[in-house]
Formats: sequence, structure tokens, C-alpha cells
Amino acid sequence: MLIFKNTRFFDKVINNIPKRSFKITAARNHDSLFVHRDTKENNLDVKFEFTPENLKRAEAILAIYPEGHKRAAMIPLLDLAQRQNGWLPISAMHKVAELLNLPKMRVYEVATFYTMFMRNPTGKYHIQICTTTPCWLRGSDEILNCIKSKLNIDVGQISEDGKFSLSEVECLGACVNAPMIQINDDYYEDLTVKDTEEIISELKADKKPKAGPRSGRYAAEPITGLTSLTEEPYGPGFGVKSDL
Amino acid sequence: MLRSSIQKAAKVSRRCVHIGNTNKAAVAKPSAEQTLLEVYIDDKKVLVEPGTTVLQAAALVGVEIPRFCYHERLAIAGNCRMCLVEIEKSPKPVAACAMPVMNGWRVKTNSEMTRKAREGVMEFLLVNHPLDCPICDQGGECDLQDQSMAFGSDRSRFTDIDFSGKRAVEDKDIGPLVKTIMTRCIHCTRCIRFASEVAGVDDLGTTGRGSDMQVGTYIEKMFLSELSGNVIDLCPVGALTSKPYSFTARPWETRKIESIDVLDAVGSNIVVSTRTNEVMRILPLLNEQVNEEWLADKSRFSYDGLKTQRLAFPMVKFDSGELKAVEWEDTLKHAAQALNNANGQIVGIAGPLVDAEALIAFKDLLNKLGSEHVYTENAFPLSGSGIDIRASYLFNSKIVGIEQADLVLLIGTNPRYDAPLINTRIRKSYVHNELDVALIGPKIDLTYDYEHLGNSASTVKDLISGSHPFNKRLAQAKKPLIILGAQQLKRSDGAALLAAVQQLAKKTAEISKVDASWKVFNLLQEAASQVAALDLGYKPGISNLKSLPAKVLYLLGADDSDVLKESIPTDTFVIYQGHHGETGAELADVIFPGVTYTEKQGTYVNTEGRAQQTLNAVTPPGYARTDWKILRALSEIAGKTLEYETLQEVRKRLEEVSPNLTSYGNVQESNFIAQATELSKSVKNNLESKPIDLKLKKLEDYFMTDVISRSSVTMSKCIQAVLKQKQNKYYDGVEK
Repeated sequence: MLIFKNTRFFDKVINNIPKRSFKITAARNHDSLFVHRDTKENNLDVKFEFTPENLKRAEAILAIYPEGHKRAAMIPLLDLAQRQNGWLPISAMHKVAELLNLPKMRVYEVATFYTMFMRNPTGKYHIQICTTTPCWLRGSDEILNCIKSKLNIDVGQISEDGKFSLSEVECLGACVNAPMIQINDDYYEDLTVKDTEEIISELKADKKPKAGPRSGRYAAEPITGLTSLTEEPYGPGFGVKSDL
Repeated sequence: MLRSSIQKAAKVSRRCVHIGNTNKAAVAKPSAEQTLLEVYIDDKKVLVEPGTTVLQAAALVGVEIPRFCYHERLAIAGNCRMCLVEIEKSPKPVAACAMPVMNGWRVKTNSEMTRKAREGVMEFLLVNHPLDCPICDQGGECDLQDQSMAFGSDRSRFTDIDFSGKRAVEDKDIGPLVKTIMTRCIHCTRCIRFASEVAGVDDLGTTGRGSDMQVGTYIEKMFLSELSGNVIDLCPVGALTSKPYSFTARPWETRKIESIDVLDAVGSNIVVSTRTNEVMRILPLLNEQVNEEWLADKSRFSYDGLKTQRLAFPMVKFDSGELKAVEWEDTLKHAAQALNNANGQIVGIAGPLVDAEALIAFKDLLNKLGSEHVYTENAFPLSGSGIDIRASYLFNSKIVGIEQADLVLLIGTNPRYDAPLINTRIRKSYVHNELDVALIGPKIDLTYDYEHLGNSASTVKDLISGSHPFNKRLAQAKKPLIILGAQQLKRSDGAALLAAVQQLAKKTAEISKVDASWKVFNLLQEAASQVAALDLGYKPGISNLKSLPAKVLYLLGADDSDVLKESIPTDTFVIYQGHHGETGAELADVIFPGVTYTEKQGTYVNTEGRAQQTLNAVTPPGYARTDWKILRALSEIAGKTLEYETLQEVRKRLEEVSPNLTSYGNVQESNFIAQATELSKSVKNNLESKPIDLKLKKLEDYFMTDVISRSSVTMSKCIQAVLKQKQNKYYDGVEK
């Protein structure tokens, strides 16, 4: 999308021209490329090997699937590689292809299809912020701005110390606890700007902040207490004829 | 992996019976009829076997359902949605290509719902397809173009160009043969399936998802295969087009001539497109018996070699040692004089691209001049049954026979490069029919797994004696095939090897108790002219030119440098007749310019023994003339006039020698195999210990094997590309 610096000037221009006469080039739909380009961090010379523990895990994963269907282990193995490395370099994809005895292209196909496979370096703490409608209505923009200013990075960037990376994502399925962010595997929900600052400072000190809702809720129950199913649950035999 | 998944789909039998007509013979037996399903396509009744798809059932009654992704030779993908049809009582339209029919279904291929569905799919496809038909090479033969005319809406609702624009995709560099314009891609995945299933090179795939999905290689890598050109034909749009052909011609302005390819011994059927007396491109022609609908890259792209290095004028070597163009009459007189003075001491060698008409005229002429020394370049031992029994030099089980085989033993041949379309059959059978393959020879990449039995010729001996572990597999096989590469017959123990393989074939047939009609022994020829030459009684393989009394050496398209270099006595008068100036022409005292396979009506017999004919597509350059006519003219001037003047008369003469040569398109069943085997026992079985080697081991060896492909710029670019690819870090072929 085009970004206008001097918005007031452009507002005037835009309001004065008829609709649809405004031409722009094709929108780039995704923030990552779907072809591989060698970079300093991601090329064939940067080797990837599973650690001995992870190799054992990989074997256990492979053992789940019957002979002839081993390729079903591809996603778990790619995930294992990503967990070990933090992100998924091309050599890790090759390693998985080798373990599964598959053409490399078949692994590239899967790794590029799933957006949760990070094919470019990410920070130690990968922050994914949901900005879909429910979170946005509940103030995800403030949370996003807070993270940006606190880490001094923009969406799609890594902080200078390599510790944090930030990406903007669509609904993560926690709308009832909006706004929310996901950091690595944990959800942080019902956030305020203050909560967010806290979480980030704790992470900066490599402490593990408490995951889950920050509003004092246990999960997704109403914050003002239950409005239904408030009575004692009925015991067994409720409503059954006495002679039965 | 691929092998098991496709196999399931392949179990679905394609044999269907249609009783729309009163053709009673086509109706299956009553017992089988109970298992047949009754389906109505546009109210026309058709009986099909369970597992038939709606699209196949419709094809049986002649209803063609539009499609992009479906291709009968590839696995079903079902992702283009163009084949949506209405089925009565189904609330939604159904993808005909992927839906197996059920009993009593009524399919409506022309209802309101079907038409609306097609229109909708077409609209979605066109949303992101560029409107560059005027500059697109696919224009005029584009499925998308044709189908949008037939099934698309008559007006556009597309206004998005003013907002977000059309999707654009980066082009890929996949080699010197296939040009990519990926923005035009409609994601049918035919090329991906072809690469993975038929070519056996898993380099193509889809990356990304949604509107970001693209077809490509992900990493920067070329798609190099000996069959890569076929993705151009498969591509329903202009995303993959031919690089050498780009922007040269439009399909409606070319003349199309059905012909035969002669660059290997498969005899692939081709269509030669010409314009203004120039070959613009070569496409495959469907022939289920030979090449299905594929064509190897050398046959498809080496046509630019037909225009370079051509001999266009008759030439005579002057005393200065310089070859100069002179009149036909003088050249013929000069050559005739030499021939008459030779007192019968003439040696003739015919090359790999010569047609049967020229072969017979050549042999008749030399015979009339008193010489029996007419040879072919490629070897075949004359001991044992020699060339008396055709079964010993043919691919007896025929190319389609590979599809029934359950075990193939390759001896000293690399079908992938010697005969790529025979290799696709083997691979097809490997993928769909559980065919197992074993190889005696150096380790190579055949695109499928095989058991490597070492590279020693003595393995054949072990197999005959029964001491080899592989004998167990041979005994278990129900329909084993043994394919021997003709190139091995050049070895000094070629005769022994041939005899041994014949013995092995006989033994295999005995131990695995095959049907009497099943032919185990197959010889894979490499030269298009070889079978016809042997049928006509040529002496195969010239090894010791020096020992022959040769005052005149007559080369008919013979350029094999192994034969020619250093072995010609200096006082020999050399006549070269052929179409390209190469090794043979360099040596010549007289040059007769001949014609290539696109410029003549000539008979070629492929490795199965199938006679086929090429047709005139273009006229020869300069003063070049049809080879048999040159020989006929020469015979008259030499005073030994050949008794035929027209093509019909030459063919009558061919028929006299061997009737199969003019039975076009057919294969005469080879027989007397037992007798040939019996005669081969007379050959002393002393196989040498030197390992079996192959001529064409790597992809870069494949592209230039004869005068035409050696003169082709495109082919040299292919070799460059392969060598460059091998430098690529991401290259992981086993041939390195």
C-alpha cells in the first residue's frame, strides 16, 4: 500500500478526484517471499543438524506413522527443527527431506504453505499480535504501538539484540479475551498497555511472564461472574422416574 | 512413496462399455454386466465399470467436459474446477474429473447450473490472468482462450484493475528449453505432476498459499530432464512455452505435417510445423503404440540443427585439396568414373539416419558395381543366427509390452538417454504396475529404483548357470523382460554377449514358466536406420576398414568418427552423401548433398520392427536431393541403371526384399526365437571380464548424438545449462 507522509495534502487531493481514477500497482499480499533467496543467515553453507535428543524425538515421531506413510511425519519434524533452531532454515528443510527420503520440493511445499513455519530468522521471543476486528475493537492498536515503541522495531522486524521479533497476525481464536498477543507458544490475553510493558520488561530480563488472561479471569468466563449455570449441578438420577 | 499412492488411483479400471449404439459386440459378457453401472449423460445411457469418473463416462458418449487440470496420463488433481457438472438430486455441482459415478446417476452437462458454474470458474481464473493474448505464444492453441470463448461469460465484470490490480508472479529460469511467464499460470499443476510422475524429476512444486501460491522450484534451480519439453504441451495456458519457438510463428499460419522422428530408434510420431519452407517447431503426435503423446527433448528441439551446417551443393575436391561446389552433372560423372575404375573394390557405409529407400538403392548400386561390402555403422554379430532371424535384433515384446511386464533386466543400456520414451514406459509400469527393474552396467540414474547387479558381463554367465542370487527373482517373475543395449555388441566379445543373453532369455522363460507367446529377449537399437538396414541384408558394424579392399569408400550419411578416423588409406577415393558437413564430408573427394528426415518421404523401421514413414515437410536447401534419387542418377551415369524410377517402384523393390518394410504402422510378430537361441549355442561363450560401459551416462551426454543434434545451437545450450546446473549448490542429482 502507498504510505503518504503529508496526509493532509493528500486528503485534499483524494477528496477532489472522482473515485476509481486512482491507480496503484498490484498489492503485495503477504509479507514473506515464496521463493528462496540465499541470505547471510539462510543458505546451504549454514548447516543444520538435529541435536541427539531431538534426533531421538524425530525417531519417535517417525515411529508413529506406518511404513509407506512416513511422509505424514513431515509437519511434526519441521516443527521440531523450528523449535530447535528458532526458525526454519533451508538446511533444516533438507534435513527433514533426508529423514523422510522425499524430494526436497515436497518439503518446500509444506514449509511455505504453513505460515507458522518461519523461513526467515526470528527473535528469541517471537511476538504475534492479533489485529483482527475483535482485538482491534478492544484496543489492539495501542498494544501494537506499545510494543513497537518499547522494542523500537516495526512489524516484520527483529530487535537489534536479536531477542524480539514482531509480526501482525489474523485471528488467533482468543477473541473473548481480546486484545491478545502470542509469544512463542504462550497466549497473553486481556491485555492493557501496562500489562504489555510488564511482559516485555520481564522477557527482556529473560524471565518467564505468567501466560493467560491478565484481567484476573481464569479463562474465558464472564468477568462479572457467572450469569448462567450458577446453581449446583444436578446429581445422577435427576428427573428419572422413581420406579426406575 | 509416489509409487504406492498413484497405484491406488490406477487400480480404477478404465475399461468401459457403451451401449448407446446397437453395437452388440461392445457389450460385455452377461456376468460382467451385473457389475456395470448404468449412468445417463444428458439422458444418453452408458454402462461403465465401477470407479469410472463422470468425465470418463461422458467421454464415452462423446460429451466433452471442459477441463484444465485433468489429464488422462497424469494423476487426478481436481483443483481447477472447470469440469463442474450438475448431477440430478445433488444440491451442488460436482467436479466431474474426480467423482466416480454411481448407479443411476443422471449427469447434466449442459444445464443452467452447469453453465453458471463454468462461467463462474472461468471468471475466477481470468481475474488473475493477464490480458496479454496478443503477445502470448500460446495464442491460438490456448485452452484458456478457447474455453473462455466456449464457456465463459460474454462480458466482464472485472473492475478490480482500478483498485488492487492483478496478481503478478516472478518468472523462473528453468532452462534453455522452457520459457516461463508465471503470471499466466492458472495453477493446474499439470507440469508438477508430469515432472514427478512421468519424468521422475521432482523439482517442480507449488509454494505459498492462497493468492500467493505459485508454481516453481522454490530454490533457484533449472528443471532439466530429457523430457522437459512436454510440460509445454501440457500447460493449458501460456505460462510454459517453448523458448526456441518463442515469437516465431502462430499456430494458424503453420502447415502441419505428420512425420517420424529419427534421432533415436523409437520412431516417435511427430508433427512438423512449417512456415515459408522452414521448420518452425516439432510436436509429438499421439501414438499409443510408440510414444503415447510425449516426445524427448532432443527430438523436439534439435530442429534448428536442420538449418545449420547443411550440405547444399554438390562438391568435388580439386587438386589443391579444396572442396568446391560444382554442377550435379560433373559431380556425378566424377564419382561414376571413380566407381567404375574401382573394379568392384568399393566399400559402402550407411549412417544412422538413412531411410530404407536410400538403403536399398545404395545396396543395389554397390552390388551392381560388383561389391558386397555394404555396412552399417552400428555393430551386430554375424555368428549364431546373425541377422537371418529378425527376432535377434528387434525389441520383440514391443514397447507396449513393457506395460505388462513385472520384471525388467537391463543389460548394458541406459534407456533414459538411449530411448527416453521407452524409459517412460518402464517408469510408467514401475509406478503403476509394481514393475521391478535390475541393471547390469554402470550405476546410472534411471528415474526409478532398480537393483544394481554390478557392471561385469560375467554376471550374465552367473545368471545362466543359476548361481546368482538374482535368479530367484527371475524365477518368480511372471512376465520377465530382458533388454540388451545394441551398443554392447560393439565390444570385442559382443557375439558372446548376445549369445549369452539369448541363452539367459531362454532360461528365464523356462524357469519362470512364461506363456509361449511372451518374448523375453529384446534388443534396444540406437540408430533409426539399423533395423531397416539389417532387414535389407546390410553387413552390420564396420570394425576394420583397413583390411577391406577399398579403392572407393562410399559414405551414405556415415559420420561415426570411431570408424572413419585414421582407418582410411590415403589413396582411397571417398564419396560422401549426406545432409550435414561433418566428419564424413571432411574426408570426401566428392560430396552429394542429401536431405534430412523433414525433407523426404522415407521409410524408417524402429527398434520394434515397426515400419513408419516420414513425409515431406519442407523442400531441401540449395541443390540437395532425395538420397535414393541421387543414387538412381549415379547408377545411370555409371552405366548400371537401377530399375526403379519412382518412389512407388522403390517401395515395390523394398517389398520384394522384406514385405514388412512397407507395411506402415504395423509390427510383424517376431518369431523363430527358439531357433535363434539354438543357433546362438554355436557361439563360443567366452565373455570378457572387462566391465560393461555405456555411451550415454549423464544428461549432458544425451543432447548431441548425431549430425543433426550436433549442429543444433539449442542442444549446445542444453549441455551448457546442464553443466551450469551441476555447479549449482542446490543440484543434488546422483549423476554428479
